[in-house]
Formats: sequence, structure tokens, C-alpha cells
Amino acid sequence: MHLVLFLVFGAICTAGAVNLLAQTHPISSALSLVVVMASLAVEYLLLGAEFVAAVQVIVYAGAVMVLFVFVIMLLNAGIEERTKGSHVAIVLGVPGVLAGGLLIAWTLLKRSGGGTVALGSLPGAPQTIAKQLFHEFLLPFELTSILVLIAIMGAVFLANRPEPKGPATGKES
Amino acid sequence: MIKIVLVLFVLLTSVAYTVWLERKVVGHMQNRWGPTYVGPFGLLQPLADGIKFLLKEDLTPPHVYKPLFIAAPMIAVICALTSIAVIPFGTALSIGGYSIPLQITDVNIGLLVVLGITSVGVYGVALAGWSSNNKYSLLGGLRASAQMISYEICLGLSLVGVLIVSGSFSLREIVESQQGFWHFIPKWNIFYGCQFIAFFIYLMAAYAETNRIPFDLPEAETELVAGYHTEYSAMKFAMFFMAEYANMITVACLATLLFLGGWSGPLFGPPLFQALLPTFWFVAKVFVFLFIYIWVRGTLPRFRYDQLMAFGWKFLFPMAIANLVVTALVVAYRS
Repeated sequence: MHLVLFLVFGAICTAGAVNLLAQTHPISSALSLVVVMASLAVEYLLLGAEFVAAVQVIVYAGAVMVLFVFVIMLLNAGIEERTKGSHVAIVLGVPGVLAGGLLIAWTLLKRSGGGTVALGSLPGAPQTIAKQLFHEFLLPFELTSILVLIAIMGAVFLANRPEPKGPATGKES
Repeated sequence: MIKIVLVLFVLLTSVAYTVWLERKVVGHMQNRWGPTYVGPFGLLQPLADGIKFLLKEDLTPPHVYKPLFIAAPMIAVICALTSIAVIPFGTALSIGGYSIPLQITDVNIGLLVVLGITSVGVYGVALAGWSSNNKYSLLGGLRASAQMISYEICLGLSLVGVLIVSGSFSLREIVESQQGFWHFIPKWNIFYGCQFIAFFIYLMAAYAETNRIPFDLPEAETELVAGYHTEYSAMKFAMFFMAEYANMITVACLATLLFLGGWSGPLFGPPLFQALLPTFWFVAKVFVFLFIYIWVRGTLPRFRYDQLMAFGWKFLFPMAIANLVVTALVVAYRS
């Protein structure tokens, strides 16, 4: 039952990813990405990582993608124009993607320590993850938080452009 | 299975009667009667409304993007109704040797499930606004998505304090950690240290999340006709309506479970009565919370949009972080 669900949602995930590229309208593409995120969350859930699954939905489907949709709506982006695609993309891109995929698959098969993980057997409880994050991986975790802080400061700097000359209104928009 | 049907039935009925309660209470606050014609005290009004919604013509304007126009109300209502699944209503009922937990399913990350489902519910509103192909709807959808994302952060942060105090994501365990008394004050989270600040933040953020006055800018009828659901009619409109009130009830349930001690309350009387009393306390607290919702609606005017954003980001957000730091320090000091 678990395996069947895993395969079904894997298929939905891949279909969403392909649809993301195939759609011409930005909103449809964004919604396909939401489908990808949601089915990934279900995959995590099936692997027993319920905390990661919930966070995946809250952060990616609930916050990041809502912002994407928001920006698309705000810019009122229309249907994109189709081009035939460049030769470089066909000559270099397709073999490149294939080679990369093969490389990843080979590495995973060779280096992952052999054997497959049983469904639902990964440690997924919030306590376990908290222990791992704040004991074993504290330094990477804190480094990431500094990275995020830098990104926030950059965003504030970019958004806080000097106002055009004129009478100051004293109001924010 | 029976439990799911029963809970859904109770939820939908309470959605209908929250609408009735709101019309009645706001009516009395504004010195008028509210619904009176259909049934005694207008009690059958929700039924009449339901029949009316079903029988009205379901218009689809010509220039809408149809798939999303139809999907949007469904997303909204499904997300609103699903999140009730993890909410516990009382202690386990034991009938004839069987113990029935009063909850559809108990997951150990219950709180995160509710937050996740409600955060996906934004799509319903945003896509309704976009797919309607109408400037008022679009503005409503835009406002809704910006507002919901902004206030979701404050909502989440206000809950982290409670999580630190209780040490669990499971809603049942959070309630069980609030049983008992400090001298004569009940051991509810709202009375723990400065958690009443967290409760205040939660209250504000919850109003904004459910698009209620004073934060109902996505559907501000004085400027946007009806905001994101301008183009909707009949049952599709009713779905947005139901989603809004179901969300209100979910938010009220969460507030009860996290801050007000859930189903804890004085127990007395014969055994059967005692078994039902916790659920009664739970419902009573939810009712009080819903009443405050309606009260605020009858009292406060609507914010301006920049005030809304400034309030969220410059007042609630720093306060939520400060509360979080203080709570974490207190809990660390005590343990």
C-alpha cells in the first residue's frame, strides 16, 4: 500500500514538473510547482518524516509559492511567447541533463551505503530532528541563519531606494 | 468513518449558526432585530439561506479563466473543512468498554498540520481574485495574499511560545499539560508568564488570517465591491462564505486548545454528565471566542491598507519575537 502510494505520488510529482515546463501561462506553471511541492511532502510523509512533510507544505506550498503567485498577479504577466529554442540548448542541454541525471543516479546507487530504506523507517519526529540540528549540525545551521540574515538585509537595501524628489509625505506605501 | 461524518455535520451546522449568531448579535448592537421572520427568533434563517444558495442561478461571467474560477472556491472550502480533522474536542468517551477519543485523528504534529492546511487555503482567495478577470477581484486577491502571508508569520511566532511551554506539537498533549491549578488560577497557557501577550498577538493575527473586520480589506465593500468574490454567485459564493466561517471556528478551536486550557473545567454531577462536561467546556470557550469575533466586528472600523501592513510588521512582529525570547529564557531558567 505504501509502495503504491509512493509510486503514485512520485508520478504526480514528475508530471507536475513536466507540466511546469509545458505550460505557457505563468500562473499555470506556478500551480504545477505547487503540485510538485505538495506531492514531495506526501513522499516525505510516506518515508516517515512527518515534520519535514509539514514544514515542506507550510514553507514551500504555503509561503514561497504564494509569493510567486502574488508577484505574477501583481505584474499581470501574460502568456509567454513560444520560440523554437536555441541550437545550443539542444546540442549541449539535452546531453548535459542526461549526463547529470546518470551521474546522480550512479552516485546514489554506489555511495548510499547499499540497500534501500524501508518506507516509514526514517527518524521523523520533531524531537529527533531538533537534536540533530542543534547538537550535531549546529555550525551549518547557524551559518545558514547568517546567510538568511544577509539575504534579508540585501532585500531591505534594495527595497529602500532613495525617494524621488518632491514634498515628503511621511507615509509608507 | 462515522466520526468524520458526525464532525463534518456538526461543523457545517455550527458554520450556519455562526452566521445566524453574527447577524443577530450585530443586529442588536446596531439597535435592530436581525433575522426574525423565518422560524422562532429567525432560527431557520440558515436553512432558508442554504436553499436560496442552492436554487439561485450559478452565473459564470464570460471572460473568466474557467478551470481556476471553478477550482478556487473548492480549494478554499476543502482547506477550511479539512483542518478540523486533527482538532480534539474532549477527553476520550468510554462507552461499554470502548474508549472513543473525541477527535478524528491524533497526529503528533497536529498543530503543524492545521497551519499547513490553512496556509494552502490562501490559494483559494488569491486564485479567485485572479481568475475572475476583474480589477476589483484582482485587488482583493492581491491584498489577501499579501495580508495572509504577513500575518501568518506573527500567528506562527505567537504559537511557538506555547509550544516551548508545553514541549509538544500534539494538540492533545498541549491540552493535557494545562490541567491543574496554580493556587486558584487555572494552569492555562494564557496565564503562564507573559503568554497573554502571545494570546493578544494570536487574536490579532487570527482576525487578519480569516479576513475579518478590522482586517477585511480583501473584501472591503466600500472600495472593492466585494473583493475577491465579486464575480461569484449561488453555491460558489456560498463556498467562500462557508470557508470563512469554518476558518473562524478552526481558529477559535485552536485558541481554546492552546491558550484557554481546551476542555479543562470543573467536573461535577453523575458519571454520564461528567463524561460530557469536558466537551461542554470546550464548546463554551469556542463560543466565547466566536462571540468576541462578532463583537469586534460590531465595534471597530476597517484599517487602511498601509496601517494594516505597519501594524503587522512594525508592531506585532517585533512583539512576537520579544515574547518568544522572554518565554524561551524563562523556560530555560526554570528547567
